[in-house]
Amino acid sequence: MIHQYQNNGYYIVLDVNSGSVHVVDRLAYDVIACLERKNPCHTPETLKTQETRDDLAGELPHYPRQELEEVLQAVAELTAGGQLFTQDIYEGYIGEVKQRKTVVKALCLHIAHDCNLACRYCFAEEGEYHGRRALMSYEVGKKALDFLVANSGNRRNLEVDFFGGEPLMNWQIVKDLVSYGRSLEEPHGKHFRFTLTTNGVLLNDEVQDFVNREMDNVVLSLDGRKEVNDRMRPFRNGRGSYDLIVPKFQKLADSRNQEKYYIRGTFTRQNLDFSRDVLHFVELGFKQISIEPVVGEEQDLYAIREKDLPQIFEQYDTLAKTIVEYEKKGKGFHFFHFMIDLEGGPCVAKRLSGCGSGTEYLAVTPWGDLYPCHQFVGDEKFLMGNVEQGILKPEIAEEFRSCSIYSKEKCKGCFAKFYCSGGCMANSYKFHHTIHDTYNISCEMERKRVECAIMIQAALADE
Amino acid sequence: MKHIKTLNTQPLNHTVNKGGCGECQTSCQSACKTSCTVGNQTCEHKK
Repeated sequence: MIHQYQNNGYYIVLDVNSGSVHVVDRLAYDVIACLERKNPCHTPETLKTQETRDDLAGELPHYPRQELEEVLQAVAELTAGGQLFTQDIYEGYIGEVKQRKTVVKALCLHIAHDCNLACRYCFAEEGEYHGRRALMSYEVGKKALDFLVANSGNRRNLEVDFFGGEPLMNWQIVKDLVSYGRSLEEPHGKHFRFTLTTNGVLLNDEVQDFVNREMDNVVLSLDGRKEVNDRMRPFRNGRGSYDLIVPKFQKLADSRNQEKYYIRGTFTRQNLDFSRDVLHFVELGFKQISIEPVVGEEQDLYAIREKDLPQIFEQYDTLAKTIVEYEKKGKGFHFFHFMIDLEGGPCVAKRLSGCGSGTEYLAVTPWGDLYPCHQFVGDEKFLMGNVEQGILKPEIAEEFRSCSIYSKEKCKGCFAKFYCSGGCMANSYKFHHTIHDTYNISCEMERKRVECAIMIQAALADE
Repeated sequence: MKHIKTLNTQPLNHTVNKGGCGECQTSCQSACKTSCTVGNQTCEHKK
């Protein structure tokens, strides 16, 4: 399976099944398109036949025959090397991957179902997740970490995200649980990687020092320009949060040497010019940036609609070009959704496994209930068990385990399937009431982001 | 003139036999929480 596209003046050919990325000239672009149209299963042998050569000359008469032969030779070599016209050999392998005994390696701890902001798009409904306000107790948190250690098999690196609502509203418990987690490391041969996701309202020097000492990652929620942020992220009294939060986030990011954090925003239909919010973050001095599309119901005024996609694509293109320019000037920054490591990216098993929700990754409510991920919290159908008794409904884990790009019809023909791994199961459930589908708008945006991410790599290699 | 420049040297299928150790980060632990971004993770052994 081959995907070809043009972006920012580059002709790009992605061999989907091998993940090989080829930057080509117009001639090679046309040749490969023509070859694939005639036979998507070309082999080095079929590429060398007289029939293929004659076909090509007939289809592309405006190119000199000798140049066509040169390209055909290069295509045959790449095909022999497993970098073009590769077939999907993973569908058989998926059974093996999915049968492997998985262990729990990450928990999202809902340390507080309460929040001091009232963000309009919050899937947690101002922190309460369709339920009651609650703070996690130390006892529940301890049992969660014990559950993680006990169910993590030989896995050494364990991840715990302190999430909410707003986790700083239950800060002492966060500190106590970090300390408890550290005490488990040596006796059990584990290493905890802690992450804090915060809106910054209660961030102070004491929190900052602790975070810098103990947290591998910190996710700082802010949407961008003041008017954009304050429209969607007000306090409960309606006042905006930007002025209070921005200086604290700048200070924290600097104190971490601009590493191991993300300033993370959400864009909505009300700021479809979100590339300007990314650049606003850059102007504020941030280097690790993530801005994600909101996921909302169709009737929500802020929700992304199909007709917004052309403008969103144009914004991603603008942003990708800007990133290349900044990088070449030595002023580079990272945009999370464009990060792609063509040489050191995840293995096939990881790409086939997906995000791990419901199996490797679970969410824990303040009272210790277990759900497949933070987005399912509050939907009783997905209540899997609790930290005291463990998994009581293994059939839920089994359903999540069985979900992959091969269980989703829409993924089979998609070039981006090995980058999104079938997309977010919570989004699929929200829009189709099954985890074995995909959320179309999200897929469209993901495909565009993969194209932009690869173009950036092509441009940076073009020195 | 070279018509094709290949950006990566390690095809994905090379990881079939030696991959799958599972030590890598889960995708939602980084910065997403509402999408799925497996492809931009990094292999734990290549850090």
